[in-house]
Amino acid sequence: MGRFLIRRAIVSVITLIAISMVVYGILAIAPGDPLSGFATNPNVPPELRQRIRASMGLDDPIPVQYLKWAGAYLQGDWQQSFTAKIPVRDYVMSRLPTTLKISGSAFVLSVLIAVPVGVISAIKQYSLFDQVSTTFAFIGFSLPTFFTGILFILLFTVQLGWLDFVYDSQVTGFWPQVKQSIMPVAVLGLAGAAQLTRFVRASMLETINQDYVRTARAKGLREKSVVVLHAMRNALIPVVTVLALQVPELFGGAIITEQIFRVPGIGRALIDGIYSKDVPVVMAITFGIAILVVVFNVIADILYAVLDPRIRYA
Amino acid sequence: MTQGANLKLKTAPGVLSAAAPPADAPSISDQSLQEATTVGLTVKKQRSLWGNAWRQFRRHKLAMAGLALFIFMLLATFVGSPLYPQEIDAIDFSVSGSGISAAHPMGADSLGRDILARILWGGRISLGVGIVAALVAILLGTAIGAVAGFFGGVADSILMRLTDLFISLPQVPLLLVISFLYRDAFFRFFQDRTGSGVVGIFVLIVMVIGVLSWMPTSRLVRASFLSTKEKEFVEAAEAIGATRSSRIFRHILPNVMSPIIVAATLGVGAAIITESALSFLGLGFPSDVPTWGSMLLEAKDRVEFAPHEALFPGMMIFLTVLSINYIGDGLRDALDPRKTQ
Repeated sequence: MGRFLIRRAIVSVITLIAISMVVYGILAIAPGDPLSGFATNPNVPPELRQRIRASMGLDDPIPVQYLKWAGAYLQGDWQQSFTAKIPVRDYVMSRLPTTLKISGSAFVLSVLIAVPVGVISAIKQYSLFDQVSTTFAFIGFSLPTFFTGILFILLFTVQLGWLDFVYDSQVTGFWPQVKQSIMPVAVLGLAGAAQLTRFVRASMLETINQDYVRTARAKGLREKSVVVLHAMRNALIPVVTVLALQVPELFGGAIITEQIFRVPGIGRALIDGIYSKDVPVVMAITFGIAILVVVFNVIADILYAVLDPRIRYA
Repeated sequence: MTQGANLKLKTAPGVLSAAAPPADAPSISDQSLQEATTVGLTVKKQRSLWGNAWRQFRRHKLAMAGLALFIFMLLATFVGSPLYPQEIDAIDFSVSGSGISAAHPMGADSLGRDILARILWGGRISLGVGIVAALVAILLGTAIGAVAGFFGGVADSILMRLTDLFISLPQVPLLLVISFLYRDAFFRFFQDRTGSGVVGIFVLIVMVIGVLSWMPTSRLVRASFLSTKEKEFVEAAEAIGATRSSRIFRHILPNVMSPIIVAATLGVGAAIITESALSFLGLGFPSDVPTWGSMLLEAKDRVEFAPHEALFPGMMIFLTVLSINYIGDGLRDALDPRKTQ
């Protein structure tokens, strides 16, 4: 396990370096010189512009620019945001809690729905419950979140008038905060639940026909303990790994929901950054998500080995 | 109970756990019974592999419904759009935001443009992007997976590291960044050469979606190639002097097609959602080109007064993707040899 981890860590670092080169390259060779997006800003006086260009190394060849950028990034210097006029680090950190709250709640919601529904579906395969839940799962992942979001607004804001659809980060108090989070969390959470339910059901179906489950039944255990202790525990191993892999996707999924409900989170910051060609912000968020993807890949591998004693990494 | 008994009678032992839903059982057994009684008297037509798959597919009612709906969407958008008399950009403020009427079957948008005309016109783009992007992803994935699996060695490890790298890329942010940064350049480049900048955006979006989604296919194809190339029939082909390309294309590839076809089908739906999401964020086609996603974007802030503007394009995306997902589900069952009866 130790040797595996070291090798895995080295591969991860190499992957991250390659990813950062790809991302930087895409920005650097893009037409219109987006790396110097501030150059078109009339508020920046020419001599200051020259200084910024020099300090960012924009007159160096691209590989040298990349190295300078990577060195600064590693030291925690993510440059100034072109538009927010504050260090990118502070800007991203100020947006992060909102996204974590919304996306985290959505993640929990999707697990709370998917695990029981998927398990019951599998135990009662072809029952009415199974058919209804499978149909809902199918509908769920054919519905894009930007349409579900609009449907929710139409139903809960326009028709019923229960919820306001504009998220306000200044709102205080527990209940108002919960109230304004309901729709974004529900939209993201239900979309995640639709995918996860199918996965839990498939994994449970595979487990439920195993010999050890039949043995548990044959020795007279109660059905509840057969299902919960023998079948479900094993069926959830691949589910946990998939969950670990889905964590970085939460940030990708948040982009659209944050846009619909005007949630001032990371996804919104990325879209605003793209529109205003705020390269340091775009770079920091894109690369941040890349780090999450790589790290959670390793976590998924480790979890798999910890949870399933049959898996041994040499 | 009787249904269960029928099922048991008619399916091979190994198939039981994965048998078709019980609703299909009566028709299956009736048909098989008939065949069983007539088999001695008539010469049965030989079944081909694809004929078999089609017979299986037809039994999947929802997949057939999905196929019918998808064909209807294709006809409506590609054939219906040129035939439909209304223009997509005829502005008429007197009907701005009006609902369903005889003149405008799906109502009109904020500028009074006919929504049905825009849905039919934009549907060609949404469906076209979906189909072509899925094709790009499948071709790339199949080529890379086939080379890695067949040749092994250095080629395999290089290509698999490449696959790992692409899987680790932050897909959604990259998709947004690339389409935003490069769309003007593609637009101008194609406008100068082909006279239509929209073609350039189409090429860009199809390429970006394809290049960011070939990886699962490549892993799948590699694994299938690895196991299939060791089979006796491939060895036999090699022994009678089949060339390398004939072994790849005539002996191995047809045997690994089933999962590729399923992946391609589901890929079309995923690509349609991706393109719509791009347009919804304002990062897809230019604003004068209607697509289902950009119509949703325009309608988003007007749902209070004109919900139909959002509902119709949204339903089009939903129904199209749903039909494709059911087709994929049906194909998965139909092409799975363990389920063939």
